[in-house]
Amino acid sequence: MTVSEKSADNFGVVKAEEMVLNMGPQHPSTHGVLRLKIYTDGEIVSRIEPHLGYLHRCFEKHCEYLSYEQVIPFTDRCDYLASMANNHIYAMAVEKLMDLEVTEKVEYIRVIMVELQRIASHLMAIGTFGLDVGGITPFTYTFRDRERILDLFEYTCGARLLYNYIWVGGVSHDLPVNFVRLATEFLDYFEPQIDEYNNLLTFNKIFIERTGDVGVLPADVAINYAASGPVLRASGVKWDLRRDDPYSIYDRFDFDVIVGDGQMGTVGDCWDRYYVRVLEMRESVKILRQALAQMPTEGDVHENLPKKVRPPEGSVYFRGESPRGELGFFIASDGKSKPFRVKMRSPAFCNLSLFSEISEGWMLSDIVTILGSIDIVLGETDR
Amino acid sequence: MSSWTDSLVGFISGIAWLPDMSAGTIMVIVAVLLGLPVFTFMAVNALVAVYFERKVSAFMQDRLGPMEVGIFGFKGGKKFWGGIGQTLADAIKLLVKEDTIPKDADRPLFILGPFIIFGAAFTAFIGLPIGYGLVISDFNIGVFFISAVSSVGVIGVILAGWASNNKWSLYGAMRSAAQIISYELPLGMSLLLVVMVVGSLQFSEIVLWQEQHRWFIIHSPFTVIAFFIFMISGVAEVNRTPFDLPEAESELVAGFMTEYSGFRWALFFLSEYANMVIISLMTAIVFLGGWLSPVAGLLDMAGVPAGWYYLSGPLWGIFWIFIKVATLIFIMMWFRWTFPRMRPDQLMYTAWKVFIPFALVNIFLVGIWELIFA
Repeated sequence: MTVSEKSADNFGVVKAEEMVLNMGPQHPSTHGVLRLKIYTDGEIVSRIEPHLGYLHRCFEKHCEYLSYEQVIPFTDRCDYLASMANNHIYAMAVEKLMDLEVTEKVEYIRVIMVELQRIASHLMAIGTFGLDVGGITPFTYTFRDRERILDLFEYTCGARLLYNYIWVGGVSHDLPVNFVRLATEFLDYFEPQIDEYNNLLTFNKIFIERTGDVGVLPADVAINYAASGPVLRASGVKWDLRRDDPYSIYDRFDFDVIVGDGQMGTVGDCWDRYYVRVLEMRESVKILRQALAQMPTEGDVHENLPKKVRPPEGSVYFRGESPRGELGFFIASDGKSKPFRVKMRSPAFCNLSLFSEISEGWMLSDIVTILGSIDIVLGETDR
Repeated sequence: MSSWTDSLVGFISGIAWLPDMSAGTIMVIVAVLLGLPVFTFMAVNALVAVYFERKVSAFMQDRLGPMEVGIFGFKGGKKFWGGIGQTLADAIKLLVKEDTIPKDADRPLFILGPFIIFGAAFTAFIGLPIGYGLVISDFNIGVFFISAVSSVGVIGVILAGWASNNKWSLYGAMRSAAQIISYELPLGMSLLLVVMVVGSLQFSEIVLWQEQHRWFIIHSPFTVIAFFIFMISGVAEVNRTPFDLPEAESELVAGFMTEYSGFRWALFFLSEYANMVIISLMTAIVFLGGWLSPVAGLLDMAGVPAGWYYLSGPLWGIFWIFIKVATLIFIMMWFRWTFPRMRPDQLMYTAWKVFIPFALVNIFLVGIWELIFA
């Protein structure tokens, strides 16, 4: 296993007494209630132990007492920045278990919603990453644009954060009138904004100094730790479930899988992880434009909704690409109306597990940067 | 050159009906009489600067900033002046807030810390002129005095960080100590260059030289470099982004201020904004011609005879110096709302491996320049 060189300056050659620093659970940049036990030698971090569980809400156990439809609002609350993606993958898992087909229109609506959600989630990720390295203004810019996406969601299903929109066999509401026009207007507005983020943050000299070559995640380590999503792709592994294991109707769209190329340092550094997200937003815009153009206008989104969701006995694992990586649902059914067992494979949890591996030997400031570049959501990590 | 202290001492000793007083007593009275306006200035400055900062940041971030708290008819709405009462409300809130001291803190040092920082900022105003004779005391070592006094503040920062008995505070204090001590050097060296050309450490002499010759920012290529070194080191000296490591909120919560609240925290705040004014005033006086009118300079170069349109004179001087200071403060705010933060080692790198060598070579080169052209 090759772990990249920590730094050219050889930090931490002189060892001093270690100090234990508790970062979190209440800390401005642990992105929720993560607690990091940091062993520091001055500013240099020698070891990190992440402590999880502060937001554990027994999601998986709850599911065993709820009917299949009632689980969907709970999936909203796991990764609350990408609720649509959670809904989608859970619904598709149950549909696979039931062998249920959904109409063409529903597939398109789902893809549109999930890709909008991906943009919203990446906007949040790059904005808060800017905050982590100390730039406050990019955050307000990305939030301004995320707001427009949330407005679209609100227009569609009435909710702005926890949608309960994608149901087993369909979606809760048809797209409202003018949605296609509004979404296209948003995309036209949004694409130039990406250049603005790049001008303001991405190619800023200080930002590159702070993130380039920092927290390098080599591809083999990433694979060993089962990383997925932008974290894995930034290390140069071309792996995107939308392309490599196409589900829904993703095989119909033309888009690139973005990988990190070490433009500002080494492949797999924080800058790459950040920039992969920026470029993925462009790809999502591409998918959205195609989907909005191809979407059939006729059709009832409630057509295939089952009267009662009661899958046959058996089990299923279904995975899809959430904004944070490979989100999987394992569902075991005993033929009743409630699942026997639901297991969620959370991408943020797996990505967080490699955090202590890549952050040893960096400075305290870099810890915040690396954690921000992994883009965890504690709701999903703890479940 | 006369100063306010001299005039006041003369005035008080000249009042016939006052009983005879020793020179020491008169100085105490004068100190109080001059100290109160400085304190008021610092407080008002913080109020105005915070409002300005909020509006500038709002303008840069595509939002409105404070809009609700108005006073005297300036109420809400989509007007620029909407939230003019906000900083006043914040100040009142700070003053009536419960003053907490952590149980395990070192009480005397914890209390002393903010006062040292405040004292350093407060004292620096003694030597800073805003016009010929418009100064509390026109030292013949003014430049040296300001550099010396403003570096006393770091002691307060270390005390505050250490006495809080909090690891985040300690980190902030240690970073701050390293930072302020490092950036004192390029700051002093770029001042040294000006002192070398003028041959005096007195602020009024420096401005007089600029009046007779030209502003230092356009004096020679080396003074331009010195100006940039001074300006950037100044930003580092007052702990503002991209050098705000001591209070880096995303890493160290609030750095050395983490455990402070209420009035003690307000003192940190006052001194932060006062330090901005001090650095900007120094930059304006030393490099940007102080209270000299830019209009006059341009017209003079063009050969236009003197007249009212020169816009120079004592009152115009005050106007110009505050315009210059406000511009420099705006630039600092612009930095803050644009740049990410640097890392401690990068900060040290910038100071020791970039600024100090450049500043040193600069001093040498400006000497040669003076030999050739002066």
